[in-house]
Amino acid sequence: MNGVTEQKKKVLIVDDSEMNRALLVDMLGEEYEVVEAENGMQAIEILQKFENEFSIMLLDIVMPGMNGFEVLKLMNQYHWIENIPVIMISSESGSIQVERAYELGVTDFISRPFDALIVRRRVVNTILLYAKQKKLLGLVEEQIYEKQKQSNMMIDILSHIVEFRNGESGPHVRHIHVLTELFLRYLVQITDKYPLSRTDINQIGMASALHDIGKMGIPSEIVNKPGRLTDEEFAVMKTHSIIGAQTVEQLPYARDEEFVKISYEICRWHHERYDGRGYPDGLKGDEIPISAQAVALADVYDALTSERVYKKAFSHEKAIQMIVNGECGVFNPLLLQCLVGTADSIQEELRKSEQGDVSQRNARNIIEEVLNKEGMSASERTLQLLEHERMKQSFFASMSKEIQFEYTVSPPMLTLNTWGAEKLGLPEVVQDPFQDGELSNMHETKTGREISDAVRSTSPEKPILEYDFQLNMGGELRWVRITSRTIWSTDEPPRYEGVIGKAVDIHETHEQMKLLEQKAFHDGLTGLFNHSYARDRIKERLEGRKDCKFILAILDMDKFKQANDQWGHMFGDQVLIHFAELIRKNIRGGDIAARVGGDEFLIFLEYKTDIHTLVDRIFHSLHGQYKHFSISVSMGVACTEEVGIDYDELFHAADQALYNVKQTERGRYCFYEKNMQTDCSAISSIETEETEGE
Amino acid sequence: MTLKECYTEMGGNYDEVIGRLHSERLVQKFALKFLDDPSYDLLQKSLESGSYEEAFRASHTIKGVCQNLGLTKLYESSHALTESLRNGYSADVDGFAETVTADYRQTVDALRRFKESVEG
Repeated sequence: MNGVTEQKKKVLIVDDSEMNRALLVDMLGEEYEVVEAENGMQAIEILQKFENEFSIMLLDIVMPGMNGFEVLKLMNQYHWIENIPVIMISSESGSIQVERAYELGVTDFISRPFDALIVRRRVVNTILLYAKQKKLLGLVEEQIYEKQKQSNMMIDILSHIVEFRNGESGPHVRHIHVLTELFLRYLVQITDKYPLSRTDINQIGMASALHDIGKMGIPSEIVNKPGRLTDEEFAVMKTHSIIGAQTVEQLPYARDEEFVKISYEICRWHHERYDGRGYPDGLKGDEIPISAQAVALADVYDALTSERVYKKAFSHEKAIQMIVNGECGVFNPLLLQCLVGTADSIQEELRKSEQGDVSQRNARNIIEEVLNKEGMSASERTLQLLEHERMKQSFFASMSKEIQFEYTVSPPMLTLNTWGAEKLGLPEVVQDPFQDGELSNMHETKTGREISDAVRSTSPEKPILEYDFQLNMGGELRWVRITSRTIWSTDEPPRYEGVIGKAVDIHETHEQMKLLEQKAFHDGLTGLFNHSYARDRIKERLEGRKDCKFILAILDMDKFKQANDQWGHMFGDQVLIHFAELIRKNIRGGDIAARVGGDEFLIFLEYKTDIHTLVDRIFHSLHGQYKHFSISVSMGVACTEEVGIDYDELFHAADQALYNVKQTERGRYCFYEKNMQTDCSAISSIETEETEGE
Repeated sequence: MTLKECYTEMGGNYDEVIGRLHSERLVQKFALKFLDDPSYDLLQKSLESGSYEEAFRASHTIKGVCQNLGLTKLYESSHALTESLRNGYSADVDGFAETVTADYRQTVDALRRFKESVEG
C-alpha cells in the first residue's frame, strides 16, 4: 500500500496461554504486526477473513477445542498452507508429533523454552524463504506464459495463412478452438470415459487450429471454388486430411511430442464419423481419437452457422437441431450431450473469445495445474462452492431487512450481518457477548436467560426454535421474532456448539395482535372480560389451585329493561358501563369479573374464611344511583366448598340460586343450596322477564 | 530482593533464562505476570471435577510457561504431572499434583515477595 516505507509483516500467533503469546510478541518486537488467537477455532476464523494478509503463523499444538493439528488439517483442506508458512511451537518434542506436523506441511519447529534470538531468526528466515519461493513461482509462470505465447503466435500465423488461402471466414479457427475446449471441458464433467486433464484439453484446443492445414496442398481452384464441388473435385478435397496429417508428421520437431501427436490425430481424422461413414480411414466409434471427434463436431457447427460462398448461415438453434438429428453425420452420443449441454453458452463463449486473450488464459490454467497436480481437487471445488454460498448469503442478508446472527460457544462470539449490526448499534462481531455490557442492555437479563435455556433445550433432531421477545432498539422496546437453529456437534453425545438465526421486527404485527386479543377476550361495551374468556380463566384458576376456596356469583340488574325502554338504549348502555365500573372498583386485583350478556354479569372471587361478610359487602357496594336510575341487583352465589371445582357445575349452581332469587323477591342475594336443583335457569328466563314486562 | 535471588528461592535457573531472553526487563515482566496466570487454578478445578483432559492441558500450559521462564523446579514437577495425565487419569496423578502444588506455592511466594520489594 505504501510506496515509501514497507508495510509491517503480519504474524498470526495461536496459543492458548496468554503468557506464551505475550512472550512471543515481545520477542518479535516492533518489526511485526501481531494478531493473536487463543485457540484453533479463532485462528481459523481469522484466517477465513484475512488469510492472504499473513506472512507467517506461529502455532501451538495443545489447545482446548481445536488443537494445532486440527488447525493444520483445515489449512490443508483450504489450501491455506500453500500460502502461509507455519512454524509449530510446542514442548511436545516426541518424534511422532514432529513428524506429523511436518507431514501436515509445517515449515519449521520451535520447541520450548523459547530463545529470543532463535524465534526471531526463524521467523525472518521462513518469511524470506517463502517470499523467494513466491518470486520463483512468478518467474516460472512468466516463462510458461512466454513459451505459450510464442507457440500460440506460430499457430495463429499458420492457421491464418490457411484461412487466407482457403477463403474461410476469419474467426473460423478461433471458433473451432473455443468450441473444442468447451465441449471437452463439459465432457469430462459428465463422464470418466475420457481421462483428459486440463493440459490435455488446452493442447487439443491449440492443435485444433491446424485441422485444415492440409488444404495448403489442395489446388486453390478447388479450395476456393464458388459453388458446389463435383465428385472428382470433392475426392481431391477429401485428401486434405491425409495431407495435413503428413505435414504435421514431417514437422522438424520431435515426433513423439504430445502436441504433434494430437495435431496429427486432428488433421487426419476430423472428417471421420462415429458410425464409420466418414473419411479418410472409415474409423468407427472410439477408434477415432476423442480430440478429432471434438474438432469434427466443432467444425460442423461452425460451418453450419457461417456463411459460405455456396450457402447462407443457419441460426444457432437450427444448427444444433440439424446436428442432433444426424443431418451432418453421426456423432458420439456423449459429445452430442456436450453440444446440447453447452448450447446456451456457445454464443456467449464465442463472443468472449473475440476479446479474451486466450493464450493468457491457457498460461494460467497450466500454472494452476502445475501447482495442483491432481487437477481441481474436491476440496478446492468445495471451497469455491463455499465461497459462492458465502457471497450469495451475504448478498441476500444485505437485501433482507432482518437481523441475522451466528453465535459460537467456543470461542464465545456473536456475529451479525451488516444490516443487523447497524440496526442494533452493535459491531458486527461481539466477543464474549454474555459479558458484553452493551449487549445485555438490549434486553432484560431474564429474557436472555430464557432464550439461552430454550436454545439449550432443543435437540439435534429438533434444532429449530421460534420465539418472540422484546428488544431494545435505539431506546425503543420493540417486539422481534427470532427463528433460530441450534448447531449440535456430530459426535456422540452431541455438544452444543452455537446457534444461527434471524430476528425479524414484528412490532406492528404484535401490537395488532394485542389489539385483536383485547377485542376477542373483552366485552366491547364495558371492557370487562367476555363470558367465554372468563370461563377459560376461571377454569385455569380452579384447576391450578385446588386447595383454595372460591365463589362464583351471577348478577342480574333489576328493572334494566325499564331503563332501556324509558330513556333509550344509549342510556341503557351508560348504565351498563357505570355498573361494570362499580364491579371493577369493588373487587380485588386477582378476582375475575365478566359480562355474561345483556344485563348479566359474573364475578369470581377467592375467599379464606368469612364468606358471608365478603359477599354481603360486594352485594351492597353494587347498589346505587345512576342519574335517574337506581341500580338494584339480584345475585346468585355458588361456592366451591359446596359445589366442587367443576366450572359448569359451579355456574349452573349460581344460576339456580339467581333463579331462586328472581322467583321470590328481587334485589337480594342467595347462596346455592342442594335442594334448589331444578331445570330452570335464571339466564334463560331473560325472555320471560321481558314478556312479563315488570 | 533481586530477581536473581528470587529465582534461587523458586528453584529456577536465572542464568539460563537470561541467556535465552537476553533481557532482565523481559524476564522480570513475565515472571511477575506468572502471578496472574490462570492455569494453576484451572488445573486444580479440573482435577477436583475429574476433567482430566482439561487438567492435562492446564498442566501442559504451566509446564510450557515455566519452561519459557526457566522456572526449573515447577517445570519439572508439572512436566511429570503432564505426562501422568496424557492418557487420562493414572495412579501417579495425585502424587505429582501434590508436588506441583507445593512447587507452585514456593514459586508464587517468592514472586510475591519479589514483587513487594520491587514495588516498595
